Order: sequence, then structure tokens, then C-alpha cells
Amino acid sequence: MFSTFSQTAELVGENLACRRGERLVFSGLDCRLAAGGALVLTGANGSGKSSLLRLLATLVAPVAGRLSWGGEPVARDPARYRAALHYVGHLDAAKPALTTREMLGFWAAMRGTVSPALDEGLDAFGLAALADWPCRWLSAGQRRRLALARLIAAPAPIWLLDEPSAALDRDGEARLEAAIAAHRMAGGRVAVATHQPLAIPDAAVIVLDDFAASPGDFLAGWW
Amino acid sequence: MGAFFGLIRRDLRLSLRQGGEMGLVLGFFVLAVLLFPFGVGPEPELLGRIAAGIIWVAALLAAVISLERLFATDYADGSLDLIALSPLPLEAAVGAKAIAHWLTTGLPLTVLSPLLAVFLNLDPSAIPVLTLGLLLGSPVLSLFGTIAAALTIGARRPGVLVSLLVLPLYLPPLIFGAGAVEASLTAESGHADLLLLGALTLAALPLAPLAAAAALRQALE
Repeated sequence: MFSTFSQTAELVGENLACRRGERLVFSGLDCRLAAGGALVLTGANGSGKSSLLRLLATLVAPVAGRLSWGGEPVARDPARYRAALHYVGHLDAAKPALTTREMLGFWAAMRGTVSPALDEGLDAFGLAALADWPCRWLSAGQRRRLALARLIAAPAPIWLLDEPSAALDRDGEARLEAAIAAHRMAGGRVAVATHQPLAIPDAAVIVLDDFAASPGDFLAGWW
Repeated sequence: MGAFFGLIRRDLRLSLRQGGEMGLVLGFFVLAVLLFPFGVGPEPELLGRIAAGIIWVAALLAAVISLERLFATDYADGSLDLIALSPLPLEAAVGAKAIAHWLTTGLPLTVLSPLLAVFLNLDPSAIPVLTLGLLLGSPVLSLFGTIAAALTIGARRPGVLVSLLVLPLYLPPLIFGAGAVEASLTAESGHADLLLLGALTLAALPLAPLAAAAALRQALE
């Protein structure tokens, strides 16, 4: 089982610092995500959980530090790294006029997945019965499930999940936990920002408050 | 390549299913043109002389009102993040969206234009020139439009800002588009103007996606 994804490639962040606008959100942050590993990001609102995930997803460039994947700096070949990651932000990217299945198929096609596992993705999050519903009929929790179904429909070794359990019911949380466990069993890696206590065994925890920038660092970030 | 055509297909599907949007643009175009006979008086000769200008101006304005939502909805619902993370280069994604935008605005406007030209008493010999000009020049409207739409992402009143940014950029296609018809009416041929319109489109084809993609990256930061 433990073989779907590369065993050796490791996602390593060293001394990362992130600035949003004029504010230095965090600095001096190290993280490490090996095969089968999990990273849980916690911290107060505004402490930079989402910023760290966006930084790990290359949507935001770090102002300091470096990110490497499989021993190679991400900045050298961002496309290769992006192909290896799934980012599920707090927005669900669901178009009201498209059906659940079309939406899932579109995002899988955008990733260049040749034969996406659409049915598996819908099944994994209990959406099979809603496959032909337009997304405008979906509740917030169902849209969230649809966003998570992307993870299954187009496999990728790294999952970056921003508050994935927000709006999910108990059943949805259980499905998410099962999906994460299966992903790690297959050698996948997952980083989750969360407030809810999700059952993710043996996860390394990063408390973002510990890396909050001091006022001195604010100027350091500026100059 | 699958992702490129997939994005075009998605945008076409969205605008066809939300048919209101396309109907709105075409309705605006027709109404704007039909207002002129009421404003300048029903003199066939006068209308015939200014018909090409009226149709081009109305087409520009109709294109502008459809630009506001070009990237705004993808940005607001998180789709733009995922598009930026996909293997498809952002420049190509902008190109795909420009093509879909042209297919749902520029092309139908072009198809409608001969009918409106007849309403405005444009000389029948000039109608093919007008239509050909719109066919060659309307892609520029979509392409330049992507730049303005990308720059105004996250702005509080994007609609107004988009029109302020993009209308000056629309001057060259307007000048050459109306110029081609004018030239064909005064016995010269409108050949040179049409060639310039085509050249504009060819120049905008690679340059506008580059600029718009740079603006989008800035917005996503």
C-alpha cells in the first residue's frame, strides 16, 4: 500500500517569513513534511495559518527563507512543485451554473489529469446522489465536500487544506479524517490549518503564535 | 492543451447557462445604436454617414460592460487561485478567457452589425467592410479588456474603473474600424485600415495576456 507517491521527496521550509501588505505575519518558521507525514497548523485568528498555506502553495512568495521539494528549491521549478500539490482554500471554487460532476471534472482537467477518478471523489465525500445537481443547489457543507472531492479525483502527493472541516457535519468530518488517513497510508503528505479537533494521528503541530513577528521584525521586514 | 480548451469550454458553458449576461450585452448594443436616430433626427443621409462610428462606439461600450465580471467572479470564489496553481501558464489561461469572452461578445456583436447598419441606412457597399472590420478588430476589445479587468480585481467599483482604463485603449480600433468604412465610402478602399486592425489584433494577442497575467499575479499575492 505504502507506495503510491514518492517516498523520498520531502517538503522543507526553512526560516520562512511572510508579509501581507505592510505587516510581517510570521518569521523564522521551519517546517518539514515527509512521506506519510502530517502537519497541523493552529494559532489565533490572524496568526498566519492561511498565509503559511498560501506560501506553501506558492500563491504568496516568502520575504525570507526558502522552500524546497525533493531537495530542490521550489523557486527553481515552481511548475513541477505545483503539479505535486493540492490547495483547498476557504473558498470552494464552485460555479452555481455547473453541476457537481462538471465542476469536479473541470478542476481535474485543469490539473491535466488524464482519467480523473470522478466517481471515487464524489463517493468519498458522499456526493454521489448530488452528481447532477447544479452547484447553486448545494449547501455550504456540500460545497465544501465538493472542494475536498478534488483531492480524490486527481491524486497529488501534497495536500494543503485551509480549515477543511469548516461547515462540515460530523459525517463529513469523519469522511475527511478517513481520506487524510488513506492519503498518508499511500505515502501522501498533508498540512491542515484547523480550529476543530480533527483526528490526525502523529501529526506535527505548528502553533503560528510562536512565530509572530515582534515590532522590531516589522522594520526588518520593511528594509 | 486540454486545460486550455477546458477553460474556454467552461466559460462558454457558464455564459450560455447564465444566458442573461450575453443577452444583456447584445441588448445594450442594439438599444444604444437605436437611440441615435432619435437623438440626431431621422435624416437618412446623416445617419448613413455616421452609421459606422455609431456602431463601433456602441460595440466598444457593450464590450466594456461585460468586462467587469471577466476575472471578478473567478477571483471572488477562489477559482483564480486554482487556475494559477494549474500547470496551464497564467498567460495561456488569460488567453483562453479572452477567447471565450470574444466568442460571447465580439462575435455576436459582429454578426448583429450588418442588420443595424441597414437600420442606420449605411450604404450597402460599405456593410461588408464594417463587418470585416469588426471581425478583425473586436478581438482587440477582449484582449485589451483582460488587462483592465485584471488590474481592477478587488477594486471597490470595478465597473467604472474598468471603463476609465480601457476606453482610451480602445481608440485605435475605433479609429481604424470607422476609418475603413469612411474610406470605402469615399471611393478609396478601406484596405489599409483593415490591415491595421488585423495588425492590432495580432500584436495584442501575445502582449495583452502577458500584461494581464502579471496583474493577476499581483492580485493573488
